[in-house]
Amino acid sequence: MAILAAASDTAAAQHAGHGGNIKVPAGAIYTVADVEFMQGMIAHHAQAIHMSRMAEAHKASPRLLKLATKIDQSQVAEIRIMQQWLRDNGQAAPDTSSWRTMTMAGMLTDAQLKALDAAIGTEFDRMFLELMIQHHEGALQMVKDLFATPGAGQEVDVNVFANDVVTVQTAEIGAMRQMLAQLPNK
Amino acid sequence: MLHTGRVLALLAALTIPSIIAAQTYPNTKDPRSLLKPGRLDGDTVTSNMRLVSFSQKPAVFDSARGLTFINSDLAFRDKYVYQGNFAGFTIWDVSDPAKPKVVSAVSCITSQGDPSIYGNLLFLSAEGGGNRNDCAKGGVKDPRDHMAGVRIYDVSDPANPRLVKNVQTCKGSHTHTIVPHYKDRNIIYIYVSGSQAARPDSIVPGCKNGDDPADETNSLYRLDVIKVDVRHPEKAEVVTGARIFTGLDPAPLSSARQAAAAARAGDTTRRAPTRTTGPRNCHDVTAYPSAKLLAGACGSYGLLVDISNPEKPKRLAAKADTNFSLWHTAVFSNDGKKVVFTDEWGGGTSPMCQANSMLEMGGNTILTIDKNKQYKQHAYFKIPSAQTAEENCVSHNGGLIPVPGRDIMVQGWYQGGVSVMDFSNADDPKELAYFDRGAIDPPPGVDVPVTASPGGRGRATIGGSWGAYYWNGYIYSSELDRGFDILELTPSEHLSKNEIEAAKLVRFAEYNPQSQPKIEWPAAFVVVRAYLDQLVRNQGLAAERTTAIASALDAAEAQTGSARRNALNALAKNVDRDVKGAKDPERVKAMSAAIKALAKATTQ
Repeated sequence: MAILAAASDTAAAQHAGHGGNIKVPAGAIYTVADVEFMQGMIAHHAQAIHMSRMAEAHKASPRLLKLATKIDQSQVAEIRIMQQWLRDNGQAAPDTSSWRTMTMAGMLTDAQLKALDAAIGTEFDRMFLELMIQHHEGALQMVKDLFATPGAGQEVDVNVFANDVVTVQTAEIGAMRQMLAQLPNK
Repeated sequence: MLHTGRVLALLAALTIPSIIAAQTYPNTKDPRSLLKPGRLDGDTVTSNMRLVSFSQKPAVFDSARGLTFINSDLAFRDKYVYQGNFAGFTIWDVSDPAKPKVVSAVSCITSQGDPSIYGNLLFLSAEGGGNRNDCAKGGVKDPRDHMAGVRIYDVSDPANPRLVKNVQTCKGSHTHTIVPHYKDRNIIYIYVSGSQAARPDSIVPGCKNGDDPADETNSLYRLDVIKVDVRHPEKAEVVTGARIFTGLDPAPLSSARQAAAAARAGDTTRRAPTRTTGPRNCHDVTAYPSAKLLAGACGSYGLLVDISNPEKPKRLAAKADTNFSLWHTAVFSNDGKKVVFTDEWGGGTSPMCQANSMLEMGGNTILTIDKNKQYKQHAYFKIPSAQTAEENCVSHNGGLIPVPGRDIMVQGWYQGGVSVMDFSNADDPKELAYFDRGAIDPPPGVDVPVTASPGGRGRATIGGSWGAYYWNGYIYSSELDRGFDILELTPSEHLSKNEIEAAKLVRFAEYNPQSQPKIEWPAAFVVVRAYLDQLVRNQGLAAERTTAIASALDAAEAQTGSARRNALNALAKNVDRDVKGAKDPERVKAMSAAIKALAKATTQ
């Protein structure tokens, strides 16, 4: 519960446009923006995992199911990396339920989630791909925002992680667009 | 418009390969699974190789865990191995592989520090946000001090390397690859793979972001190409961009489909993708200068590129596979007809070799190149052990082992260890040998605290083999966290003593794995016997013939001068007659050629 409370505070602080209760020790090479990025990306990833785990029950095609499993397994591992980075630096680490309380770029609205939940089979495939592309594009935007913040994105672990997000998710968007283009026309 | 047909043709060719890999994966009974963890006191297991030496990182790079001081890639020259590190580089003297010596350990914040060596010049990739022109720690205060590109060191005095130039590139340099000038040995090109967005013109003059791959002025959709005159490295600069991505953008939604999407179920739940998201960088490119080809591992594609003119590379083919997360690196077979591509699923910091990780992701795939220079995808390969959640693991960098008659490569799998794969049969790759350690850290307890004390270590340490390469008889592996390993192959049913000895005859004074040299074997008895061992193993020639040939070789070797030459020529004639009727005629032919070469090289 403590985590959730902290995470919600952070989200609120972010919307207010300042660092809120995040404290960065003197001499640290990371900034408030780095902490917010890692916290926010956990929520962002958590929603992607939630979406991916819908695939089986919504009768996704085997190919999409494989993609969903890939996103699930990749992003679970990445959440561990982010959580540990936050813990190692004495910062609050949100958990996988945080997507319900934090809103980051590209994340699905309630209406979009509802629509996705109503889709089945090929229609689910199509909507999943469209929405996951939107979701991934949001992650790219988050990285862009991070690097646009003066002084941010320099700590090596954050830097490598953020660059990996760009590389991996750009490639995945490419793969998803290929899959989308091959779905039967509706 | 010019490229529309090509894109459609490519998309039509996209299918999930139907190959069902023969290997049983993963195998929790594999000796590598569940080794005792420990940074320096964990379990070690080897199969068909032995650890010759292990050396810890120099102290200057060993002050903290995390990614700040991890080792990266390797380059080789003379008696030295150059090992990159996110905070500098180490030069090892490996004259005695059992006792490598640190010649110098240079501090210079340079993630990720992938090195290449050419003569006395050492090139290092720099992209990290904290890399500064002056190499110092503390982070970048003014964006103009940010060093993202290629650092050039003069290492003519290996004990005192000297920074000659920082070549800034628009997108920084995640990796880079040397492409030679085919006529002038004093000129080289450096193809730079950068994964960042292009920096603004105000920071690096001439750089420009842009969403249109066909726009020749944008700096995003290209590999920066640096030209270096080795006599004047201080004048090295970006001379052009390799525009090998143009036309590769995945087909956008047709207007009809967009309209249909808009009409469906209330616009608010839909959003057609708007950004162009085709590849705009490669993770790594591998040049094979002798074939004037380059294989690019570029986001969602594996590319094949003609580099006959290094200043004007031309894309020949592009292969996509939606199973592959991230096309990462490439290795050509020596005949240039196959390429092994790796997939760095999870970016190298995630444990993607666990029992539930998928076989077709985070491993290798083998592509063949047909006579029209198009790719065809064959099998996947992944190390068959089930690794733990504490071991970051995915296929990573490697290179060929020069065994005549076979396609064999060694590569690093991070904490999956070092593995040797035979990909002679593109549809049925096999593992021949491996080396692995237990995880650096044990599994965490269930009571992970919400926050650890600052500087504490809650996270499983990232480590393992960044890259493992065969060079002049040994396998060198760069261990991210622990240091530097040197290994040696040992004979087994999969790889004979003669095959190992034949590989040892191949020497390269200089070796940059991403600029792949052509392997040529000298005339030698072990080379012939390597082929013979293979014919015995695969029953490619009748047993009575292989036995007779073995005796004839022994007899010839016991002779000297013209007697030996005559014996070998007579043997070659007999072997030529064996070609017809042999189950593996190509290998018999290759053996005959090796016997003839040996006869020719036999002097009085």
